[in-house]
Amino acid sequence: MLKYITSRLLMLIPVLIGVSILAFSLIHLVPGDPARSILGEKATAAQLEALRNELGLNDPYVVQYGRFLGHILQGDLGKSIQSKESIGVELIQKLPATIELAIFAMVIAIVIGVLAGVIAAVKQYSWFDNISMTVSLFGVSLPIFWLGLMMIWIFSVTFNILPPSGRLTTGVELNTITNFYLLDSILTGNWVALKDAFLHLLMPGIALATIPMAIIARMTRSSMLEVMRQDYIRTANAKGLRKTIIIFQHALKNASLPVLTVVGLQFGLLLGGAVLTESIFSWPGVGRYVYLAVLGRDYPVVQSTILVIAAIFVFVNLITDILYKYLDPRIKYE
Amino acid sequence: MESVKPLLEVKNLHTHFFTKTGVVRAVDGVNFDVKPGETLGIVGESGSGKSITAMSILGLIPSPPGRIVDGEILFKGEDLLKKSENQMRQIRGKEISMVFQDPMTSLNPVFSVEKQMVETVLAHEKVTKKQARDRAIELLNLVGIPDPSKRVKNYPHEFSGGMRQRVMIAMALACNPSLLIADEPTTALDVTIQAQILELFKKMQKELDMAIIMITHDLGVVAEVCDRVLVMYAGKPAEFTDTKKLFDQGKHPYTLGLMNSIPKISPNKEKLIPITGLPPNLGDLPKGCSFAPRCKHVMDSCLSIDPTLQEIDENHFVRCLLYEESKKAVTT
Repeated sequence: MLKYITSRLLMLIPVLIGVSILAFSLIHLVPGDPARSILGEKATAAQLEALRNELGLNDPYVVQYGRFLGHILQGDLGKSIQSKESIGVELIQKLPATIELAIFAMVIAIVIGVLAGVIAAVKQYSWFDNISMTVSLFGVSLPIFWLGLMMIWIFSVTFNILPPSGRLTTGVELNTITNFYLLDSILTGNWVALKDAFLHLLMPGIALATIPMAIIARMTRSSMLEVMRQDYIRTANAKGLRKTIIIFQHALKNASLPVLTVVGLQFGLLLGGAVLTESIFSWPGVGRYVYLAVLGRDYPVVQSTILVIAAIFVFVNLITDILYKYLDPRIKYE
Repeated sequence: MESVKPLLEVKNLHTHFFTKTGVVRAVDGVNFDVKPGETLGIVGESGSGKSITAMSILGLIPSPPGRIVDGEILFKGEDLLKKSENQMRQIRGKEISMVFQDPMTSLNPVFSVEKQMVETVLAHEKVTKKQARDRAIELLNLVGIPDPSKRVKNYPHEFSGGMRQRVMIAMALACNPSLLIADEPTTALDVTIQAQILELFKKMQKELDMAIIMITHDLGVVAEVCDRVLVMYAGKPAEFTDTKKLFDQGKHPYTLGLMNSIPKISPNKEKLIPITGLPPNLGDLPKGCSFAPRCKHVMDSCLSIDPTLQEIDENHFVRCLLYEESKKAVTT
């Protein structure tokens, strides 16, 4: 097992090198000029040239890439061109926001998705099955930006019951320890902040949960339908076990493998920062950070953050693979 | 023999499947009884309704599309068809348990043998987890699994096919059932293992004093373990009698056909005589006797009259016009 994990972590190296080349090339291929975006429209050609020289943008691409890689190898993610802050420090502030949102969304998606999928499978062709599967088809097809805007319009603008943006209402105090606001407010016993942070999570969380929830529901349903026909389910019935035990233990554990794959992939995607959702709800996470960096042509931020996101993605998938073993004892990692 | 009250009586059982293409009469008027402690064989080709009969007894017919449309299943005098799902659940695995054909797929692959056995015991008996675990180990020992206290922790994939079938049998015996239904329990196993498993059934029956319904397509298995035999064809009984009588004086043309298709060892290599044709489509049965199209002794009346089960000799029932008293009256 340890050998397997080590080899998987070693495989991370070529993946990250590939990603770094891609990230570097793509951001440099995009038309635009960091110097121009910093100095503005009125800057003179000489000022622009001077800044470009200072930022090293006039060096050959290979040299620029080599410098980027050199810093990364020393554990230095570089400095933002825009804010002049260390990218590492900024990410430590932004990542918890994204992770908190992603976990919140995944919990909603898994609980509702799995439950809906199981019920739909057990009551195949019932009204519940038909409705939930139609709804989930909408779920996967809905553009998130539209759903997000509609939610803001309904719950914030029209009824004014949920906050439209950010992680906390201005004026609500919270001493941050981990930067996970729900956790921090529990740790400090700050119930006002807990409620406020929770309300702020609701809309972006639900918006972000929609697609994974729909995919999980459909995957759970088809996987359960397959498993419910197996001989060992017949055996479980013949043993006189309760229906709930048969469905939620015998069937669901067998059906959960493909569902876990989907959960892992979706969770990895969400941890990479939901660019659209974070932008719409002004969620100060990684997605919005990258989005703003692309707009401002903040090359180092884009490159380094993408690298970190790729590493997280690979890591989440590794954890998924390890979890397989706990669901299915037949799986062996050599 | 006659005075013994039957443990199970199946009367006029009809289990039909209502599919889009029509009604499939999987079991269509089956009668038999099982006495305490005896072994009844149910023999027939695939699709003759053997397994559906068994599933009907346990109330495990998938519904829809299946439904028991008529008949009675009396177990210890009570009609199982009138019981609620909850009451049936308390009978399954406790009073009547079942061993299935394929041990490779009949055990849940993601749970240890211990978990699967313990849950069976806990579902039916008020014992502690510890007691249930001890019982599991004791049962594994009983069915001949070496080092049971260690093996109980293993998962099904860590056992061979024969060992898995032993685990299945141990699981079926968990609550000392009075009736064990074995649905082709040796079909998926190697020949040497088959003999061992049949021996195990005989041994268990003697030790635990339970009745067994042995479902098989193999007359060799019948000869080996069964006291009485029900031969089924196309959802209906063809012949029902003692095992000895069946082999010595089998009457139904289908029974005789089955016997002729058993390979025998003899110096002059006899040719096997297979039964020609295929079993009928249960959704579209021919008029008259459903075996008529394949029968060597077919008469005109067979094509129009569906015979009924007749007692032609003491404890020897045959459903064939050849032996029906009334046939002369009909044919003339």
